Amino acid sequence: MIARTARTLDHRRSLLWLAALVHRLSGLGLAIFLPAHFLVLGLAISGEAQLEGFLRWTDRPVVKLAEGALIFLLAVHLMGGLRLLVIENLPWAGWQKQLATLAIGISLIATSIFLVRVF
Amino acid sequence: MNVRLYLWQRLTAAIMVPMIMLHLAVIFYATRHGLTAADILSRTRGSAAWALFYGTFVLAASSHASIGVRNILTEWSPLEDRAAGVSAIGFGLLLGALGLGAVAAVVWP
Amino acid sequence: MSNTGSELTVSLWRGRERGRYETYKVPMRENQTVLDVVSWVQRNLDPTLSYRFACRVGMCGSCAMTVNGGPRWTCRTIVSKVAKGGRLEIGPLENLPVIKDLAADMRVFFEKWQQAKGVFAPSKTRHDAIERIKSDSDARIAADLAIECINCGICYAACDSVRWNPDYLGPAQLNRAWTLVNDVRDGKNPERLQAVAAKGGCHSCHSLQSCQEYCPMFLNPSAAIAALKRRTMRAFIKGEIKA
Repeated sequence: MIARTARTLDHRRSLLWLAALVHRLSGLGLAIFLPAHFLVLGLAISGEAQLEGFLRWTDRPVVKLAEGALIFLLAVHLMGGLRLLVIENLPWAGWQKQLATLAIGISLIATSIFLVRVF
Repeated sequence: MNVRLYLWQRLTAAIMVPMIMLHLAVIFYATRHGLTAADILSRTRGSAAWALFYGTFVLAASSHASIGVRNILTEWSPLEDRAAGVSAIGFGLLLGALGLGAVAAVVWP
Repeated sequence: MSNTGSELTVSLWRGRERGRYETYKVPMRENQTVLDVVSWVQRNLDPTLSYRFACRVGMCGSCAMTVNGGPRWTCRTIVSKVAKGGRLEIGPLENLPVIKDLAADMRVFFEKWQQAKGVFAPSKTRHDAIERIKSDSDARIAADLAIECINCGICYAACDSVRWNPDYLGPAQLNRAWTLVNDVRDGKNPERLQAVAAKGGCHSCHSLQSCQEYCPMFLNPSAAIAALKRRTMRAFIKGEIKA
């Protein structure tokens, strides 16, 4: 259904809505990445020379950035998922916005740590 | 069906929480110690433990992703429910096959 | 109420599904509500404008419309709080067909209400003893937290799960079902749990939480739906409902 307004729908300006969107998009991103990830690992079946060659390819900065992005997707999807498991299985908590912010914050920290290590 | 799918998705999510932590720890360890392919493969080849861990991880991830993708397809794509369901299953099977192949690649002695 | 001398620029949706916003100039007054503005246009500028209201004091929920992109009771929305720069954009509630202009067609909202079995099903007759309801029992507390819904449609209009999934029963509908699940007098709870676990039921909720952010009665359909997820999960595991 198309909205009858050109403005951003007001309910989409909420942090909780954004957290849900980030959860869905990160899941989608991971779903797109995983087949590639598995395929590449399968290269090892031809022997360690192929895997070694690939590991050297991963030394490239652009690849490291991409890996950082993936760590972020994984971390944020995991944290968002935990937030959902809390909402759905524990008594209602009023501090959800803080939980959502914390989730995104932890993911960013984990990603930064990774990037610092590999660069 | 909805309850079943919901249960499976939450269950696989719960199973994967500790698995992801371990997987991230493994990645961090490998990058910190600058492990080469030979190093990695020497640890994984012939290991029943790694086979079991990553095998379960792949199966859980494939079913979890498949159900999630189904939701996205029904809500965001023009596909009808049946087509969305079939596509999602296909995607899940593909992921499972590729994943188990990758696990076999690193643990087969 | 005095005229402050300045004007509001008000865009109102005219037409049906297809239509356009038409702009009107309305005198700005102190303590004006959005409903006052819409009424002023209809009475002074364009009598063909269609809109809905009843009590105009925040009790009935009839005047709900989309104001600057968000669903609100127009009789309880103060213009000075929402009209930044003296501009207002008003349309019918989202996620519902349009009858005309600012009046949305609530039929599907109520049809889904029936589908969710949001209707009390008595289990006793006048010849039975009156059921004693303890007001401090967990079930009654849960029901009371959710019972004040006046079916205004704001949560339904705010919900993207409703927008993206035409089968989704909706927050208000599931919220009401939850109150009845907690009503010890109700005789149709196995069927009700089956209904809310069906396609478009509680499992289609993705906890976007726009419903509880916008509800003018401060209800929390997100919490009710989360509770329904737990309840249907238990019922499914026990074999009380089929998947």
